[in-house]
Amino acid sequence: MNPRPQRSLLTRLVVWIPYVWLVAFFLMPFLIVLKMSLSQSAIAQPPYTPVFDLSAGWHGVRSFFAGLSFDNFVFLGSDPLYVLSYMKSLEIAAFSTLLLLIIGYPIAYAITRTPGRLQSILVVLVILPFWTSFLIRIYAWMNILQHDGPLNQLLLALHIVRAPPAWLSTNTAVYIGIVYSYLPFMVLPLYAALEKLDESLLEAAADLGCPRWKTFWFVTLPLSAPGAVAGALLCFIPIVGEFVIPDLLGGSQTSMIGQAIWTEFFANKDWPTASAVAVVLVCLLVTPIVIFQHQTMRGVERG
Amino acid sequence: MRRLSRFNLAALVLGIAFLYLPIVILIVYSFNASRLVAVWGGWSTRWYAALAQDTALLQAASISFRIAFISATLATILGTLAAVSLVRFGRFRGRLLFAAMIYAPLVMPEVITGLSMLLLFVAVSADRGFWTVVIAHTTMATCFVAVIIQSRLVDFDVSLEEAAMDLGASPAQTFVLVTLALIFPAIAASWMLAFALSLDDLVIASFTTGPGATTLPIRIYSEVRLGVSPEMNAVCSIIVAVVGIAVIAASILTKLNAARGAPVREA
Repeated sequence: MNPRPQRSLLTRLVVWIPYVWLVAFFLMPFLIVLKMSLSQSAIAQPPYTPVFDLSAGWHGVRSFFAGLSFDNFVFLGSDPLYVLSYMKSLEIAAFSTLLLLIIGYPIAYAITRTPGRLQSILVVLVILPFWTSFLIRIYAWMNILQHDGPLNQLLLALHIVRAPPAWLSTNTAVYIGIVYSYLPFMVLPLYAALEKLDESLLEAAADLGCPRWKTFWFVTLPLSAPGAVAGALLCFIPIVGEFVIPDLLGGSQTSMIGQAIWTEFFANKDWPTASAVAVVLVCLLVTPIVIFQHQTMRGVERG
Repeated sequence: MRRLSRFNLAALVLGIAFLYLPIVILIVYSFNASRLVAVWGGWSTRWYAALAQDTALLQAASISFRIAFISATLATILGTLAAVSLVRFGRFRGRLLFAAMIYAPLVMPEVITGLSMLLLFVAVSADRGFWTVVIAHTTMATCFVAVIIQSRLVDFDVSLEEAAMDLGASPAQTFVLVTLALIFPAIAASWMLAFALSLDDLVIASFTTGPGATTLPIRIYSEVRLGVSPEMNAVCSIIVAVVGIAVIAASILTKLNAARGAPVREA
């Protein structure tokens, strides 16, 4: 039996310290982004109006609400550049998540087939690149894919191509970069699901004369579905907002929404528009994020 | 009855090769004496020697390490407290929001986290620089730490705590001497991972930094945008080595932890 939780000052502090921190530095910033997206840009420092002025009292609150406008959102909807960026981001994220599933599943499955000792080593090997910087891994691909880089040298040496093809600034390069960077996020949840799979179910199917492909299709695949969903969400959501990969490997045709936020912010100094772009992005991602949270919470609590 | 078919073996070999080959190629090229990629000029450490002269880069590295150290420490404390609250305190008021704030940043696109952090700092007119990056990194890493410690606490054998209390230890004593001591390897591992996260981050740091606080990834990014260079190959190889050692150390600690505290589970 668990001892009854005592709500002493100490226990309350244990909850309140991280709680207050997260409210202050995670929740508050989001509310500010929301507010900013409803402001208008101005050539000033900081570059927007209206500023929330508490000292003006009730009048300040009223003028604050009067100053809010949906202009930024109307502007986003009317500018095909943004609409196309959103579509492109969702398209790239969806297609690369599919690619990741197709590539990640055989790897995760194969890891569960190896003996126990080797399994944990392989899992560490899969996680390890995830901890080395995103930036460096993308840079490694810039190295490989550049005009006279190792890939083109290899292709020329093997006489597969006559002239070195351009890889950088293409869709292909972006997909390679994404699949490379996110593969650990896909393999790990899949592995976790497959590893828990009860071996006796497969034996039962085999005993009852089920062919192996059928066992895989009707037993293994459905039972690993939660892992696939977790992996897909873990990849899809951040990929939609990806910035570094399309920026370094992509070209003008792969302009994703993360880059739009970055450009509006740093180059155009249009903070309200950047915030509006971010708000729309969060709205697009809200459903997958809620599903992800629900799953993680359940998963962690079950142990 | 688990057997490795030829297809499984191929998937494994190709998968691991795909993950590691680019990094190996990067490291090999960092030792290329020639500046041109197409020409192999023999083995050389000249690009590493050149790095020692690059004061801007060294300064960025020192800033990055300091930020990573402070934010990893803060995040480990906050994340451990958060995990303990979630696992041990049952259903308190606002728990759902608390849990949501811990899981959401794990998948939130970094551009959004960075942008929102920056707007907060502007709203309270804080001077952006070293400490704003520390706060941003702490917030991001806290969530990772909380999730790791939480899953460790869920596995925790509560009878050990009960035994301590039966023998007359106070709840606080039990927590420090039994619980914290047993999950310590997980705490150490989370610290290292928080450190690595901070050291790696480009996007959030770009938004929240200010004059005089250029971190290593920001510095690398500004160079890399202009194209591939042997100096950058050398810098990146060093970082890969440092992070690689840290992560291997962390995973060995976790292994020790699993062998010591958790109830034995045979796969």
